[in-house]
Amino acid sequence: MVLNFFANPNRFSRISAKVVPWFGGGTIILLIIGIYFSLFSSPPDYQQGNAVRIMYVHVPAAWTALACYVFIAIMSAISLIYKHPLADIACRSAAPLGVGFTIIVLATGSLWGKPTWGTWWVWDARLTSVLILLFLYLGHISLTHAFDSQDRGAKAAAVLALIGFINIPIIKFSVDWWNTLHQPASIARLDGPSIDTSMLVPLLLMALAFIFYFITMLLIRMRTELAVRKTHALKYKMGH
Amino acid sequence: MNGISLLIIRDIKLSFRNGSEAIMSIIFFILAGMLFQFGLDPNSRVLTQIGGGIIWVIALLAAMLSLGRMFNNDYEDGSLEQYFLAPIPIVFVALAKAISHWLTTGIFLVVAAPLIALFYNLPNTILMPLVISMLLGTPTLSLIGSTGAALILGSRNSSVLIPLIVLPLYIPVLIFGSLAINSAVEGVEYNNFLMVLAGLFLIALALSPWATAAALRQAIE
Repeated sequence: MVLNFFANPNRFSRISAKVVPWFGGGTIILLIIGIYFSLFSSPPDYQQGNAVRIMYVHVPAAWTALACYVFIAIMSAISLIYKHPLADIACRSAAPLGVGFTIIVLATGSLWGKPTWGTWWVWDARLTSVLILLFLYLGHISLTHAFDSQDRGAKAAAVLALIGFINIPIIKFSVDWWNTLHQPASIARLDGPSIDTSMLVPLLLMALAFIFYFITMLLIRMRTELAVRKTHALKYKMGH
Repeated sequence: MNGISLLIIRDIKLSFRNGSEAIMSIIFFILAGMLFQFGLDPNSRVLTQIGGGIIWVIALLAAMLSLGRMFNNDYEDGSLEQYFLAPIPIVFVALAKAISHWLTTGIFLVVAAPLIALFYNLPNTILMPLVISMLLGTPTLSLIGSTGAALILGSRNSSVLIPLIVLPLYIPVLIFGSLAINSAVEGVEYNNFLMVLAGLFLIALALSPWATAAALRQAIE
């Protein structure tokens, strides 16, 4: 099973070292193509004009922020159930990335809201639940670092991540459950996407670029964290 | 069942004997409710409009005030480890702690809420939805709060962590609690909001003791 395969941190280090350049290179290529498509090769919206191009950053960032939280929740469950050595490190490394993506979502959403809705911020269900997501991430990070024992911090944060998972379906369905200013889902629908191909292509390219960036940074951060722990262990050994 | 009631009675006794902890949150509740009057024009209609929201916001803060002590004394004097040896499941201990927290804070908030409503010139018609929404909402606060209190046991800066962890989870109760009161002020149907509050309470009742128990288990390891 994959779980057992990665139970050895050295094996993870070896494999991730080979994989990181590919994901990093993929991020750069996808970003270049995606930015070209979204800025030059896609049409302006018939109502919003060029402001619609904010979507190509806003939506991928939102997907990545949610994906990151789901990833943390799954890793937290694995950490609590199987006590997998890498799961804690994965949660610890992913949470600050999630904060970054969530801030990008809120900031671009605000910039997009001003020209289209006429306001920077409304307290509707989608915006509020994403703001709660940001606070869940921040709570997760501060809980991780609040204890003298690293292990205890990781366990407490894992429980919090699982509790906060309730928020994820609320974010996803908030636009369907409540009538709000925020538009309903237009990609993941039963009757197919309601968005034109000329806009869908750059959107998916950018989404892929964001996910690749997330994976690249996650692997680098996890490798760094592993190296830090190894250094601590070595220092401890040499001191005694 | 006997173990649970013993635990609850012990906690209530302790909270009344230890420097009147239970009185603190109610005094805070009334004081904070009073403070807004000085910042706002006390004669305006604004007070009536914002009263419902303010009652709920300060109720959240008052309920949060005593969370830090919920498990901390037991954690420090070692009683918490004894609970794990006792013949009652730790989930029931978690539930008992939430119940005794509600009996020492939540229930007083329910009683004091009409007084705050008086400060804000809220019409008499809101008495029913106010009391019912508080009765349904404050147990949810105690349940969610017990999980938060268990998570931060033994941390370095627990007083800052509690709000950061608990307040985002309190937001749904705040939203639907104040919606119920505000609808009653405007004279429209409010029962649906009370039902949502009841639903939130049931969700918290079903899930939070388990999360609290998981957190307590991590804490004594």
